[in-house]
Amino acid sequence: MNRQVSHIGVASLVLLAALIVGTTYWQTWANAGLADRQDNAIRTVAQFTIKRGKIYAADGKTLLARNVAKQVDGQTLYFRRYPAGPLFADIVGYSTQSHNRTGLEESYNDYLTGSNANLDTVFRSALDKLRGTTISGNDLVLTVRPGVQALALRALRGKCGAVVALEPSTGRVLAMATNPTYNPNLVEHHFAQATKTNAPCGAPLFNRATQGLFVPGSSFKVVTASAALDTGRFTPQSTFEDPGYCLEYGKQVHNFADQSGPEVFGTVSFPTALEHSINAVFCNIGKSIGAFTILDYMKRYGFYSVPPLETPLNERQASGLYKKGKLFYPKKAYQVDVGRLAFGQAVPDLFATPLQMAMVAGAIGNHGAMMRPQLIERVVSPGGKTITHLRPDRLGRPIKQRTAAELTSMMELVVSGGTGTAAQISGIRVAGKTGTAEQAGTRLNTTWFIAFAPADAPRVAVAVVLEKQAGSGGSVAAPIAKQVMEALLR
Amino acid sequence: MPFADPYLLPIAGLLTAIGLTEIYRLNPDDAFRQGIWIVVGVAFFALALFVLRHDYRRLETYKYLFGLTAIALLLLPILPLVGKTVNGARLWVQVSSLRFQPGELAKIMLIVFLAGYMREKREVLAQGRLKDWGPLLVIWALAMLVLLETRDLGGGLLYFGIFLAMLYVATARVAYVAVGLGLFLVGAVGVWRITPHVRERVTIWIHPWTEHKVYCPTSQHFDLRQNCQSFQLVKSLYSIGNGEYAGTGLGKGTFESVDGTQLIPGINTDFIYSALAQELGLIGAAALLLVYMIFVLRGMRISLLAQDGFSKLAAAGLTFGFALQTFIIVGGILRIIPLTGITLPFVSYGGSSVVANFLLLAGLLLVSNRANREMLR
Repeated sequence: MNRQVSHIGVASLVLLAALIVGTTYWQTWANAGLADRQDNAIRTVAQFTIKRGKIYAADGKTLLARNVAKQVDGQTLYFRRYPAGPLFADIVGYSTQSHNRTGLEESYNDYLTGSNANLDTVFRSALDKLRGTTISGNDLVLTVRPGVQALALRALRGKCGAVVALEPSTGRVLAMATNPTYNPNLVEHHFAQATKTNAPCGAPLFNRATQGLFVPGSSFKVVTASAALDTGRFTPQSTFEDPGYCLEYGKQVHNFADQSGPEVFGTVSFPTALEHSINAVFCNIGKSIGAFTILDYMKRYGFYSVPPLETPLNERQASGLYKKGKLFYPKKAYQVDVGRLAFGQAVPDLFATPLQMAMVAGAIGNHGAMMRPQLIERVVSPGGKTITHLRPDRLGRPIKQRTAAELTSMMELVVSGGTGTAAQISGIRVAGKTGTAEQAGTRLNTTWFIAFAPADAPRVAVAVVLEKQAGSGGSVAAPIAKQVMEALLR
Repeated sequence: MPFADPYLLPIAGLLTAIGLTEIYRLNPDDAFRQGIWIVVGVAFFALALFVLRHDYRRLETYKYLFGLTAIALLLLPILPLVGKTVNGARLWVQVSSLRFQPGELAKIMLIVFLAGYMREKREVLAQGRLKDWGPLLVIWALAMLVLLETRDLGGGLLYFGIFLAMLYVATARVAYVAVGLGLFLVGAVGVWRITPHVRERVTIWIHPWTEHKVYCPTSQHFDLRQNCQSFQLVKSLYSIGNGEYAGTGLGKGTFESVDGTQLIPGINTDFIYSALAQELGLIGAAALLLVYMIFVLRGMRISLLAQDGFSKLAAAGLTFGFALQTFIIVGGILRIIPLTGITLPFVSYGGSSVVANFLLLAGLLLVSNRANREMLR
């Protein structure tokens, strides 16, 4: 009998050993796969056991995101509060259990939860884990000035649109406001309320500054002018004949909307054509230099690629020609209406984001060099040590320095005596360009103003867009741009 | 009990303490109730040792009484008035507010009966004449009946596994084990075909995760299976995975979601292993299983040392039952076999389980005391 007893003894031990193997499999081999599962509630909870880093505005004092501790099941969980409310909602985003994360809360989650690969953070987090103490994330300090941000959002109140202000020499984002916006504190438990808005256009969670695609209208003429001057095909001394219309496919396209001054200008110089935003002149310039030259300069300015910024990629959009909702780069010249493209109203649709147009203005102001827009001034460890800080990064040089200087003086004329006089600031030279695009089927316009100041050594470049306006870019968008620039230059 | 095995009692104490600690961490009220049951279990343990202190082998005389009582206890939950279905398996008996699982006690009684019966019929069983297959077929039919009526695949596997192991020890015929396993498989497939509950368990075992929505009977909507039928198994696997090598530490595991709802139903009974594996990690869980292995090793050693057939069979049956029960629940949790609810010996929360395990311990100590005493003589 003893032989059989030892047999079943061995069988019992094999069964129990199989359990050790099984446990080893799930806890080591399969562990990573389990952790990645979407329905793994333990991982969701684990995110909330970390004391996320705080987020501050550029002054280092204005708190944009903080934590409140709550006891659940004997564990301390940390939930987010956003003291600034809607003011920074579209930049900071939210971190919730019910609706996951957006904005910098999503894209900088690694830094905020102390799981970034930086040596200092790795060491500290490992030590915290060993000690069993709460892991604290790193703090973020943004480049955005809270006062100007508030002013921009106030200027947008009751309207649908966005304001982006950059520092041309460094790419710092000084303000980035969008309206309608939302209160991130409501997202966790009152999502329906957070998505409600009184504004005429809806979609408050949508960041119009980086995702909104708007027809640029005449503000796009600075791109066409860049191409015309930079290729050497035209100079500021070039003169044009304006009959009041331009022939496109044998049909007359009349000057309209954004233009100031008489209906028909007759013989005009290049600066005058920009100053008064004469469509017919730009239509002819476009036909003369060709669609691919304009498209080439669009690409140099960053069109056709998603502008770099620290927010999540899915919260940004590329500018360019769109066909059936998709970015479209023509293969043949006939696929695009070059005359209309030249004054910013092309078929297929030409769209630009406010961020993209602010980058265009910034590049012209920065003597032709385009800087990477950046939102994070520095990342600070809980001990107060700076882990990384903003390093200005040149994305490229879309136009020559000379072209930039020529364009700057032309854009100064727009503000001093052309369509953009509403953006004048006493004692400071402002360079700008208006844009007014008719919204199809309505009598309302998408209005733009892009500008930088002071013109010779700019400290701010700004793009303002407003949807569904009865007025023009010069009358409704330029005053907002002026307010923002004034606040930043003071 | 001067000659009893010196390892078993401390090991049982250790496992009980681990279980009680984890139950206290999960639910202090349950830990208090478990404490009372441990006192009751120890009382039964002491009573058994006292009553049988001279010669436990007189139990053999009452083997048929034990056998019939075991069958009666197993069938008790099927009775209309007292039987109660919990989590789809009819394993419970409820008399007013007192609820217990008679299957746990029936297991011990069945082992005593089998040990006595097989010692007596060893030789004739080994000859393999057709009329001697009678008891085998009767037991098989009864196990299947219990399986069918209680819809409890794990219980059926446990009883039948113990029976086959003891039959093998008694007769040394591998063929019996093979035929028995064959019959069990046929029976299991039969049950799988006719019982939706068992079929669902197998589906959950093979495909706990789905990428497309499937029909969810509980909500009557279409949902991913991991959010519906296999919810408990999948959440338990997440719990185990979260333990990694070193575990989260006692009291630091996550068993509730952010809004405070319990993630794994039955975490302190059938699923206590996934709680321990998360908090103690691979190191702790493997150590726990090694402790079970030591218990099994000592149990088998007692069976080897025992001088008479009844003692050998009883000790082997009790030890194998202990090991198989551990395998069925932890193997189910680890997706090695389909999951069926059964307690983890000494660790899980549950009154009937605690009492039965202390009686099992008493049995092994009695056998070892006698075996060692005779060795020294």
